[in-house]
Amino acid sequence: MTMLSVTRRGLGDWVASLAAVLAGLAILALGLSVAGYDAAGALAALWHGAFGSWYAFTSATLVRAIPLITIGLGIALAFRAGALNIGAEGQFYAGAILATWTGLHLQGWPRFPAVVMVLLAGVVGGGLWSLVPAWLKRRYGVLEVISTLMLNFVAEALTSLMVQGPLQEARGVYPQSDSIVAAARLPLIPGTRLHWGFALSLFLAALLWFLFRRTLWGFQLRATGTNPRAARVSGRINVGAVAAAALIGSGMLAGLAGSMEVSGVSYALFQSLSPGYGFTAIAVALLARLDPRVIVLTGVLFAALETGAAGMQRDAGVPAVVVYVVEAVIILVVLVADAGARRRAAPVPEGAAA
Amino acid sequence: MTAALELRSISKRFGPIQALEGADFVLQPGEVHALLGENGAGKSTLMNIAAGILRPDRGEVVVKGVSLRLDSPRNAARHGVGMVHQHFSSVPAFTALENVALAARWPMTSPRVVRGKLEELTRRTGLAIDPDARTESLSVILRQRIEILKALATDASILLFDEPTGTLAPPDALDLLRVIRDLAARGSAVVLITHRLDEALAHADRVTVLRRGKVVFTSPAPGLSEDQLASHMLGHPPESTSSPVSAAVGGPPAIQVDRLSVPPLGGRGPGLRDASFHIVPGEVVGLAAVEGSGQNELLRALAGLIRPGSGVVHVQAPVAFVPEDRTTEGLIQEFSLADNMILGFGTSAPWIRHGVLAPDLCERLTAELIEEHQVHSSGPLARAATLSGGNQQRFILARALAQKPRVLLAEQPARGLDIQASRDVYQRLRLAAGAGAAVLLHANDLDELLGWCDRLMVVAGGYLQVVPPGTGRDAIGRMMLAPGSSPS
Repeated sequence: MTMLSVTRRGLGDWVASLAAVLAGLAILALGLSVAGYDAAGALAALWHGAFGSWYAFTSATLVRAIPLITIGLGIALAFRAGALNIGAEGQFYAGAILATWTGLHLQGWPRFPAVVMVLLAGVVGGGLWSLVPAWLKRRYGVLEVISTLMLNFVAEALTSLMVQGPLQEARGVYPQSDSIVAAARLPLIPGTRLHWGFALSLFLAALLWFLFRRTLWGFQLRATGTNPRAARVSGRINVGAVAAAALIGSGMLAGLAGSMEVSGVSYALFQSLSPGYGFTAIAVALLARLDPRVIVLTGVLFAALETGAAGMQRDAGVPAVVVYVVEAVIILVVLVADAGARRRAAPVPEGAAA
Repeated sequence: MTAALELRSISKRFGPIQALEGADFVLQPGEVHALLGENGAGKSTLMNIAAGILRPDRGEVVVKGVSLRLDSPRNAARHGVGMVHQHFSSVPAFTALENVALAARWPMTSPRVVRGKLEELTRRTGLAIDPDARTESLSVILRQRIEILKALATDASILLFDEPTGTLAPPDALDLLRVIRDLAARGSAVVLITHRLDEALAHADRVTVLRRGKVVFTSPAPGLSEDQLASHMLGHPPESTSSPVSAAVGGPPAIQVDRLSVPPLGGRGPGLRDASFHIVPGEVVGLAAVEGSGQNELLRALAGLIRPGSGVVHVQAPVAFVPEDRTTEGLIQEFSLADNMILGFGTSAPWIRHGVLAPDLCERLTAELIEEHQVHSSGPLARAATLSGGNQQRFILARALAQKPRVLLAEQPARGLDIQASRDVYQRLRLAAGAGAAVLLHANDLDELLGWCDRLMVVAGGYLQVVPPGTGRDAIGRMMLAPGSSPS
């Protein structure tokens, strides 16, 4: 099963991606005008909110890009193998819960090992959360689209339970955890609120690109996602195992994003830790056509849209939620352009000319 | 006399391929008209246009003297044109009666009337069928009979048969051709699409030959020879078809199978039951069978792709397997040829070191291979989908041979290929045997197997028999009939 033809990317695909972004913004401008807003002013406020100052760019836009890039890489990993993981939101929370619990119990640890422990806890949490759908699929053939989606609700409920129960702050007032120990916090780049998780996400993008392009395992992953029948009949690829591994790896990356959010931004766990990163990241990965290098760019783009939206609400009085319309339009345009390209490229059925 | 069907200067293009170019075709009432041509010559396209399935870019369809715009099969049926496709289109879980009623739009609300209609139809045509038999439980020939009844139930007087004998055992094929003659004798006009020259000469009144989308020859059948027809199909006189038969190299068996049973693929059909045989290196053994007799189960179990139910299998490694469906199983169409090499070679390949690929090396070796085996493509980075069917198959075989297999298993490796390309394929299989591989090969065409194999085995209804040396073609054909199914 392929959602996007990801094996060959030509210039036309990038034109389509760019057109998608422009179409999204154009529809936003049109909608704002019709609704009686000052469209030009609103778009200027959007731009200013995202890129207006060094501080806004690094401390708002890039900070928000970190989870989008990291989860987006995970989505690419799963989708390339044909496993449609739409449970990154839940895997993010599972990682955040385990990371918070770990971060609260590391008194007396030196900084580096403490941070590593917290991040590893996130990886383990996200991995365990995606292990469930991976196992259900291999053992019982349960569609991962359903199981990963359902586990999102479970993870959110579990987070709610945690911050009102075992992990609630000592004061017992708000539904949130205490702050994790200082040693377990990711260091910031001086003068900004940008933490070193950004560098880690760039490194992971490079690593994943190498994995897809240059390793046998990455090849097996792409073969499985592109044509599982041919992959199986080749006699060389354990299709089920490859897809399961990709799904688990995908969950680990989402869990890592959860732990980085706790360790680098919030320092504590609470219910709305993620403003839907796990879903936005699907759009990030699809717009990048599952290419890890491009995910870095689209991750920053979507982060800019969402942080810019806050500026737009503040300065132009436009509700921030309208950017979700832009995101939706972008994805629709990409999917339609891709379906069109596939139809044009469809070969003549062999029987038709026989 | 008004022609039953007349196609006037029909042209049809699929993307870059000109499938038909100004093709003319005339079908008279009461005649059996064979339409010959190699794969890709445009036979099916022309008849799909007559049946309203495809629309021509240019040209005219005239049915019984009236020029028509046929835009759907139902519309064509209304004018008396019915097509019997190579691949059956009945609902497997329905009875024969239900399938015929569905196709003819008979109202199932009055079962007695419908039953009467079917009885009347079978009496009129001489095509007997048990109306209450579930379609999936019937033999291939009876399922095909349902397809014919479906066409006749819409009062079709013009019947188009697309390669009807392709999936039948020889005695069944002969039986079907008699039915077709009988239909013509009762007044139907019949087109018989085939690539079998002997069939056309023995059973048709007229013959029309298509080559590359053009009608190159049309004539009454009596007095024609197979060689004449073959040169019209090919555009040049046919080469002699003597096959190089190598002496078996011998030695201990490369394939040894003892009491092997395999459950049916996809839960349908007989599977394979209790098969025992062996094949030594250097032998090319043909596996004759009609569709769904257990041959796929046997080949795929030997290839290690499905788990046997019981029995013992010894197969020497490396094993190469050429699947029936090259477009969805043999190759990943979206991948380059170099990537498809990686797919076929798996973990032990020169371009893999510690799990890391060396694409340059793989591309170079792929380039050498496609050069050596004359695979026409734009190079190792060409997408598999851009290759013609013949070149795809050539590449698949080249990839298999490059792994120096001890055992080579092939499912219908020449399916859908033209004469030259299929000869190429069989020559490469013989080459592999010459290099010491044990080759087991299944093809639908018994004559191809007889021509290219050292010896034959037959699978029918899940049971495997080794054909004794010196057995005649007719006797082998009878062995191919599933046990218990009657030939009439």
